[in-house]
Amino acid sequence: MNEYTADEMMSVAAARALGEGTSCFVGIGLPSTAANLARRTHAPNLTLIYESGCLGAKPSRLPLSIGDGELADTADAVVSVPEVFNYWLQPGRIDVGFLGAAQLDKFGNINTTVIGTDYHDPKVRLPGAGGAPEIAASCKEVFVVLRQNKRAFVDQVDFVTSFGHGSGRGDRERLGLRGAGPTLVVTDLGLLRPDPDTAELTLTELHPGIELDSVVAATGWTLKVAEDLKTTPEPTERELSLLRELKKAGE
Amino acid sequence: MARVLALGEAVAELVHDGDTVALEGFTHLIPVEAGHEIIRQGRRELTLVRMTPDIVYDQLIGAGCASRLIFSWGGNPGVGSLHRFRDAVQHAWPVPLEIEEHSHAGMANRYVAGASGLPFAVLRGYTGTDLPGQTATIKPITCPFTGEQLTAVPALNPDVAIVHAQRADRAGNVQMWGLVGVQKEAVLSAKRSLVTVEEVVDELEPRPGAIVLPTWAVTAVAEVPGGAKPSYAAGYYERDNAAYQAWDPIGREREEFTRWLNDLTGVKA
Repeated sequence: MNEYTADEMMSVAAARALGEGTSCFVGIGLPSTAANLARRTHAPNLTLIYESGCLGAKPSRLPLSIGDGELADTADAVVSVPEVFNYWLQPGRIDVGFLGAAQLDKFGNINTTVIGTDYHDPKVRLPGAGGAPEIAASCKEVFVVLRQNKRAFVDQVDFVTSFGHGSGRGDRERLGLRGAGPTLVVTDLGLLRPDPDTAELTLTELHPGIELDSVVAATGWTLKVAEDLKTTPEPTERELSLLRELKKAGE
Repeated sequence: MARVLALGEAVAELVHDGDTVALEGFTHLIPVEAGHEIIRQGRRELTLVRMTPDIVYDQLIGAGCASRLIFSWGGNPGVGSLHRFRDAVQHAWPVPLEIEEHSHAGMANRYVAGASGLPFAVLRGYTGTDLPGQTATIKPITCPFTGEQLTAVPALNPDVAIVHAQRADRAGNVQMWGLVGVQKEAVLSAKRSLVTVEEVVDELEPRPGAIVLPTWAVTAVAEVPGGAKPSYAAGYYERDNAAYQAWDPIGREREEFTRWLNDLTGVKA
């Protein structure tokens, strides 16, 4: 058995979710780690798109920011920021939007704006929206990756920065949003997917060695669990060594 | 025609108290030195505009230069929070900071409208989010052709835009390449503009794809080698990632920050 951390399991599980040949709009941090790992493992032809204007970036190390020079130097094309959003994202040309979150609720709505319900007097002021609202609205589907705990996994987000499934299935269609919204949430404990009928996030896979009770305890709502709950396959040696190489080269 | 000025002279002439000022640069080519010059000259009550206020905006805010910020993502990229920004929003230190908050797509389109001489821009964004409820400059609009509900955002037309570029010639034509972010739109949307450059050369070497801001679109050019550090200038120097990390503990505490500020402005503690 391989030794690995919960964070490594999360990065590997997130990477596996990205199919070969798809295009992915990548946020920095965990999504970027996962997308770059996917390119080195099963998806060498994954097209990475960063909001800094890099289309088809092929970095040799993990970028520290979305505008890292390494991304521009290795991209198929470097375009302006208005072009990324208006020509590439908005018309729905991108398959997967890969986002992080500070808070996520049971319908996959994302908050990266403020913690606390008073916008003008927040408990914590977060960085804000960046590209996320339009990524969440316009990509064909959205994957979210974040560590699971009660502070992050809340019944209702304090602020909807990026729209997931609103208050349930059908809200996106009613609002005229084109993409399918969040279809997968990857955490350090397992995988969650929206229920086909209600769109409520439901635990569908548990990472190896994680107790179901601890996932329930790390979730701020009464967590639904799939009837056929699966166990995520362990990271392979190759996945782990490539991830560690990537992380090391990024330091 | 752009005039080639010294940085201090250019900032003194172009940036006034109470102005709306955009210092743009999307991770690359951030006009950091120009921001520091604004701090040194003690500008007050600025409305600062920028898609990605990062550490130079943290510094301007901490120094009390700004009373308002129009932005879409405020953080120290790859590191974490902007503590001076947070302190100003949450505790009004050193002065209260009002915010006008957008998404990247919203901001980019506001500059595009500004550069295009149009009153507003249209995008298919913000739907379902709480941003329109907090930001008066996000409004629904109906497409007159299809009836689709879209979003309108007003043009941004800053009093002055400041960007950094690789090169200019003595006539003030500017060459910029690599990640060009929203810099061209910011310059073209502004009433006045300052481009700081790594070097002023006699003649610009033609470079396919390099963005050229012609001299007649720019108010002033200032030669400021290293003027984007700790961000980077493709072809000149790389991003100083360690400096971004080193900012975190300085920005975190008012006292540490004040020491940094005194060093910058030459005030003896």
